[in-house]
Amino acid sequence: MTASIVDITPSYYLLLAALLFSIGVVGVMVRRNPLVLFMCIELMLNAVNLTFVAFAKRAGDVGGETTVFFVMVVAAAEVVVGLGIIVAILRRRPNATTDDLAELKG
Amino acid sequence: MEFFVFVCASAMVLVGALGVVLRNHPVHAALSLVLTLFGVAVHFVALSADFLAAVQVIVYAGAIVVLFLFVIMLLGVDRAEDLRIEPFKVQRPVAASVGVALVSLIGIAILASREAPVPAAQNSEGVQAALDAGGHDANIRALARNLFDDHVLAFELTSVLLVIAVVGTVMLARKPRKGELV
Repeated sequence: MTASIVDITPSYYLLLAALLFSIGVVGVMVRRNPLVLFMCIELMLNAVNLTFVAFAKRAGDVGGETTVFFVMVVAAAEVVVGLGIIVAILRRRPNATTDDLAELKG
Repeated sequence: MEFFVFVCASAMVLVGALGVVLRNHPVHAALSLVLTLFGVAVHFVALSADFLAAVQVIVYAGAIVVLFLFVIMLLGVDRAEDLRIEPFKVQRPVAASVGVALVSLIGIAILASREAPVPAAQNSEGVQAALDAGGHDANIRALARNLFDDHVLAFELTSVLLVIAVVGTVMLARKPRKGELV
């Protein structure tokens, strides 16, 4: 195998994470299905995780990776609670989009 | 080789992310999300964060996406959403310009700080020793040192968080009995 054509520095990962985060933001702004909104939030969380790991590599500091571990725990808890709320709402009003959920009163 | 891995994994990440946003069927969106999560796991391996790559595949691609699919199937909301309907006329142009602005803003910041000095690592003694010892499991040893020495209180608090999340979800998702307020 030849040597790397381009040296991959953490900046490449940061740019990729910026792209991923922006795609997630656009998705949250555009989509109307609450489940897909949640998936877009996961995209944003993953972009931030990638940033953390890239910085941890650049600084030689394991603290960034520990933070990613905690982000994953919080993301799991957030998804569980969020999907619970979505199940409760959609059971009452099937096919509700985010536009229909402007008020919390059922 | 490194470059090749980076390009392939980045393509996975971006194609999957675009799939989540652009596919009109929730199940397809969830499967695109798996592609993105796997791509991020590959990046974690390339950044020598082995343990996080494993956790990423098991927790994200395994548990969380399966949970999404469960909810989609359970509620029977697996009908395609017509993406041509645009409830607000200006929504998509505004969203697109916000996205482009965000990318260019962060991109400029990254390129401007590319040559910035790297801060010294703040690893504690045990973590640094684990890293210096080397070996194929140095990353996991260092992570464990950092997690259980320096952040053990936060680690214990996550168990409280998870218990609260489980109890809350059970309360939210259960069907109320007759005559009982929700």
